[in-house]
Amino acid sequence: MALELSNINELLELAISGDRRSLSRLMTKIAESPQIPKFHSESSWTLGVTGPPGAGKSTLIGQMVKHWVTAGESVAVLALDPTSPISGGSFLADRIRMEGDDLGETVFVRSIASGNIPGGISPYIWSMCQALSLCGWTRIVVETVGTGQSEFRIAALVDRLLLVDGPDRGDIIQAEKAGILELADVIAINKSDLPRAVSSAQSIRTSLALSGDDSREVLLVSALEGVGVEKLISTIESCEPRSERNEMIMRERLISEWDSLLVTHSEIDEIIAKLCIGSITVNEAIQILSSSIVQSGE
Amino acid sequence: MRVVIAKPGLDGHDRGAKVIARALRDGGHDVIYTGLRKTPSDIVRIVNDEDAEVLGLSTLSGAHDSLIPKICNHLREAGLGNVIVFAGGIIPERDLELLYKSGVRAVFGPGTPTSDVLDFLEEALLRKQNKHPIGVGDDLGWHWN
Repeated sequence: MALELSNINELLELAISGDRRSLSRLMTKIAESPQIPKFHSESSWTLGVTGPPGAGKSTLIGQMVKHWVTAGESVAVLALDPTSPISGGSFLADRIRMEGDDLGETVFVRSIASGNIPGGISPYIWSMCQALSLCGWTRIVVETVGTGQSEFRIAALVDRLLLVDGPDRGDIIQAEKAGILELADVIAINKSDLPRAVSSAQSIRTSLALSGDDSREVLLVSALEGVGVEKLISTIESCEPRSERNEMIMRERLISEWDSLLVTHSEIDEIIAKLCIGSITVNEAIQILSSSIVQSGE
Repeated sequence: MRVVIAKPGLDGHDRGAKVIARALRDGGHDVIYTGLRKTPSDIVRIVNDEDAEVLGLSTLSGAHDSLIPKICNHLREAGLGNVIVFAGGIIPERDLELLYKSGVRAVFGPGTPTSDVLDFLEEALLRKQNKHPIGVGDDLGWHWN
């Protein structure tokens, strides 16, 4: 373990000096380490991008990346796609949508299989973001897997959150439902070139207004045609992290750390096997796992 | 294993690449697909940034004899000699030797059962674990077929 850590710190130093091979190795090491290495950057700038499958998250990020690169930023993207629960394999294809042009040296894209992590997002993502910031990446974007209404773990791991949705995603009743809508800092309705985009955006605005919240912008964009992307970026850049979100974020961060301790626990497979044959109950399993987590000082 | 499936050069047909990508996913691998029309330097950058262990190159355009050796050279120059390279698509028998000499470890033509590709990866992983030459920068004696 000590050797492992020194290895990681060595990679970090090389990556900070600009060695891209080391940066890439570092990302792998962070993902593979049994204990997530903790980095801290004073000046990290992170954006989460979430929304349902097919809303156009990757394509929109591709457009944003182009704008940022033109503005002289260096952009890193961590793109999550689902792991197959059957085979354990994955097909990671987000970068296809981001690679219209040769993006070159000022863009770093890493595809990540979500794995069997509760909430679809591992706490090591946070460490990756911090390491990327230390290495001089000025805009760090985390794209979640396509989500439903209740996956908001991402909110715990980034400074600001963009929710991307498409037109015709149901009516105002959908927008009334609690969940990710409450945590997003900026909401973009993509595919504004399609009919009903305007009324979708209006439904969401109405919903936000009903809860007395008119501080958040609901923007219409077309990732396909690049329409509205500049306005979207300036809105994201100027949004202040909201203080009332802090409690929710801390709550999610706590749950996410706990989940990761649980799923990476050395006895987890053994305990699941015991549960399968019925030799212990779920409550007993929780007792065993939590007491040994507490003992190990985590 | 982390596998990049790439389409080098000017060739707009990727049914084969997608079939392979899907088969590898179902075989438990993490597959990153690059999309169409990538230059050798794009591909090397993607393999680096994704920290892939394996690169599969699909080409149907007839340009395999210039593109694939170039990609293999770029990989070695970029310090990615550990990467295992295989190729697929329309590749005439007379060109196989050239590809093997440039660092390709297996070539899969039309009609190959997808299980062959999985078997190759299994063997490749075994060789890697046993420190037998298998990367594009290793000794080039061994190839799968």
